Amino acid sequence: MSGDTQVMGPREEPRTNYLNAGYTLQSWLLTTDHKRIALLYLITITLFFMVGGIFALLIRLELLTPQGDLVTADTYNRLFTMHGLIMIFFFLIPSIPAVLGNFLVPIMIGARDLAFPRINLLSWYVFVLGGIIALSAAVAGGVDTGWTFYTPYSSTYSGSHVVLMAIGVFITGFSSILTGLNFIVTIHTMRAPGMTWFRLPLFIWAHYATSIIMILGTPVIAITIVLVALERVLRLGIFDPALGGDPILFQHLFWFYSHPAVYIMILPSMGVISELVTCFSRKRIFGYNFIAYSSLAIAVLGFLVWGHHMFVSGQSIFAGMVFSVLSFLVAIPSAVKVFNWTATLYKGSIELSAPMLYAFGFIGLFTIGGLTGLFLATLATDVHVTDTYFVVAHFHYIMVGGALMAYLGGMHFWWPKITGRLYPELWARLAAVLVFIGFNLTFFPQFILGYLGMPRRYFAYPEEFQALNVFSTAGAAVLGLGYLLPLAYLLWSLKYGARAGSNPWDAKGLEWEIASPPTTFNFETTPVVTEDAYDYPGEEVAVV
Amino acid sequence: MQSNIPLFPESASSISGSVDQLYFFLVAVSAFFALLIFALVAYFAIRYRRREGRQARQIHGSTALELGWTIIPFILVMVMFGWGAGLYYRNSRAPLNATEIYVVGKQWMWKMQHPEGPREINELHVPVGVPIRLIMTSEDVIHSFYVPAFRIKQDALPGRYTSQWFRATKPGKYHLFCAEYCGTEHSGMIGSVYVMERAEYEEWLRSRAAEEPLSAAGKRLFDQLGCSGCHRERETSRGPALAGLFGTTAVMEDGRRVTVDEGYLRESIVNPRAKTVMGYEKVMPTYQGQVSEDDLVRLIAYIKSVQ
Repeated sequence: MSGDTQVMGPREEPRTNYLNAGYTLQSWLLTTDHKRIALLYLITITLFFMVGGIFALLIRLELLTPQGDLVTADTYNRLFTMHGLIMIFFFLIPSIPAVLGNFLVPIMIGARDLAFPRINLLSWYVFVLGGIIALSAAVAGGVDTGWTFYTPYSSTYSGSHVVLMAIGVFITGFSSILTGLNFIVTIHTMRAPGMTWFRLPLFIWAHYATSIIMILGTPVIAITIVLVALERVLRLGIFDPALGGDPILFQHLFWFYSHPAVYIMILPSMGVISELVTCFSRKRIFGYNFIAYSSLAIAVLGFLVWGHHMFVSGQSIFAGMVFSVLSFLVAIPSAVKVFNWTATLYKGSIELSAPMLYAFGFIGLFTIGGLTGLFLATLATDVHVTDTYFVVAHFHYIMVGGALMAYLGGMHFWWPKITGRLYPELWARLAAVLVFIGFNLTFFPQFILGYLGMPRRYFAYPEEFQALNVFSTAGAAVLGLGYLLPLAYLLWSLKYGARAGSNPWDAKGLEWEIASPPTTFNFETTPVVTEDAYDYPGEEVAVV
Repeated sequence: MQSNIPLFPESASSISGSVDQLYFFLVAVSAFFALLIFALVAYFAIRYRRREGRQARQIHGSTALELGWTIIPFILVMVMFGWGAGLYYRNSRAPLNATEIYVVGKQWMWKMQHPEGPREINELHVPVGVPIRLIMTSEDVIHSFYVPAFRIKQDALPGRYTSQWFRATKPGKYHLFCAEYCGTEHSGMIGSVYVMERAEYEEWLRSRAAEEPLSAAGKRLFDQLGCSGCHRERETSRGPALAGLFGTTAVMEDGRRVTVDEGYLRESIVNPRAKTVMGYEKVMPTYQGQVSEDDLVRLIAYIKSVQ
């Protein structure tokens, strides 16, 4: 525990806060309090994470041996499909926005709730409904199309529960759209007096940019899924050439959303990192404007690059070149952010608390993930590595090494605010290190496997690939342990953790000026903002 | 488990070396920047660790640095783009004298058809040093023909032809994988490319001489299906001439100019109403359902051969 911690004595009565403002099930299930909704989401996505994680475990166990011997081919195909669908749609996409975003966006801007509290609750119910339908599809036998649903396999040939899963994903998409809508309106209209755009925490900028993508992109995947379902049921010739359709049309429609979707997953995490790096170096962010604009640039450019998933699909060479150059452009703002976070450390006062360890892990792993994206944007190398484990490694570095680490870092950072409890710091640091090591052991060998030529979605593979696969599975065991630890000690802290004061980190930000946990309406009176974001004490230097 | 763990694929085609060169450049640049960031973060974390009595300096930013670390990466990635796009473009153009081999993928096997006649399943025998152009399609779902040792990959789609080419430079046996998920036995849709010395390859072809050359099989099918009723070497009132047709530009009834390639020929057989050459009536019946993808390959090979 840091020396700045304010700890309440064990005999003090906790005052009324959003957690104890009502104990009935109804007060939770019919809440409009953004903080309670954030916790509802937290419970739901954690359950989904465990399901997706079990599928991952089974995949890695199967891949210990070159033969397909643990499960049947059909089962394996369902495992990787469900792993992808659950992790992307039911864990990663909601994770930071629906948990940390819902909890913090109003507080960080000085508001008592989001603009549309009931729509917020609706978004959770929509999410749960979509999730239940998706899980029903899983229980009924699952889907074996890959999360990418390529046609005509998904629309004609697959014998699995495509339509049911499609309905689940379709419904869940609206949860995204409603959340994005809520955030945008809130950020525009409910900022406290003095909270100008350029005084906003970068967490807010990140969620604003994310919300733009959620609103513009999600409808496209929704309609695409509907078209696949229609073709499956009514035999309309949209995608299957045997019915007069075009299979590449599906890919364009699918990736038009699914590429921006990855920015939905990473932008919020970048917002978290900005918050962590500033607090734990006690410094204002280096290059605030550049990071803010980079978030917007990523959101816009992210819509222009989808064809880089299709370089060998039969897409024209010219189109390939256009998508390639645009894909390189979208990498630049992300690089700018990494440089700015690193520069923020310069002449800071750095504390290696658990959230900061997660932030460092993010910077390292996201950098590797982002750099390997360049290999994929490069046309001539992509031909060799697309559809191999190189791609699998790349996106796991970004989504797990990046987004998930930021999520965990954020959960630890704001845990005292959300729960009023401190987690055990030593265990948290251990977990952060285990996750980092386990992650690299799991996924770095996959870059090598990919360039060697091991295709993805294979449950049996040539013998010479076994050693690297065993290595990867061993890493997955360490990684899994690293994830179980926070689950354990965070739950433990709810009952036994020391009580946190309003600002255990001595951090800047409106959320740290209110109680831990906050009252239902956050602020006693509307705050008036006079400072820049991250206005930590110390000699001011305008420009280096 | 293997005693030696392979960490890098064999390099067995005319382009694999240049792809690897570009790859190593990307690895070098990535390693540089990754190590730079790691080193800076580690150094700053230690040098500027929290100490009693020392405050952070609140540095707002530096436009010069921002410009620098925007422009330099921009230049670097443009180099990557140019190098990659140039290589990709050059690799996309098959040499004119390439031997054309037809590939039909189906759940869950690869069928290869040599022009001289031999048909192979999940195996492809080719001579070293000879450019081979693969003309590919699928009977069902999307597959992808991937030979890691050659650094080539291209999807095979139902309803159309795609193509890629290679020139093998090293005799040997190389993995062939399906690289687009296609259902239950996706991981079983694998095989081998056998690159042989010229003499050996000729020997292999001779051993398969009993199989009918592709264009001859096509001619037989052409007559069998009644195509010769309307399509002859020279123009008839019912259908365009075949002689020298392949590769020319045809003008459609609506003025559109279309290159007569494999895709156009295939479409004209299974969906003749899609495009009608100017000056002809729409009388051609569709052969959809009557001809398999293998049949289409034979027919097209025949039509291509008519001088």
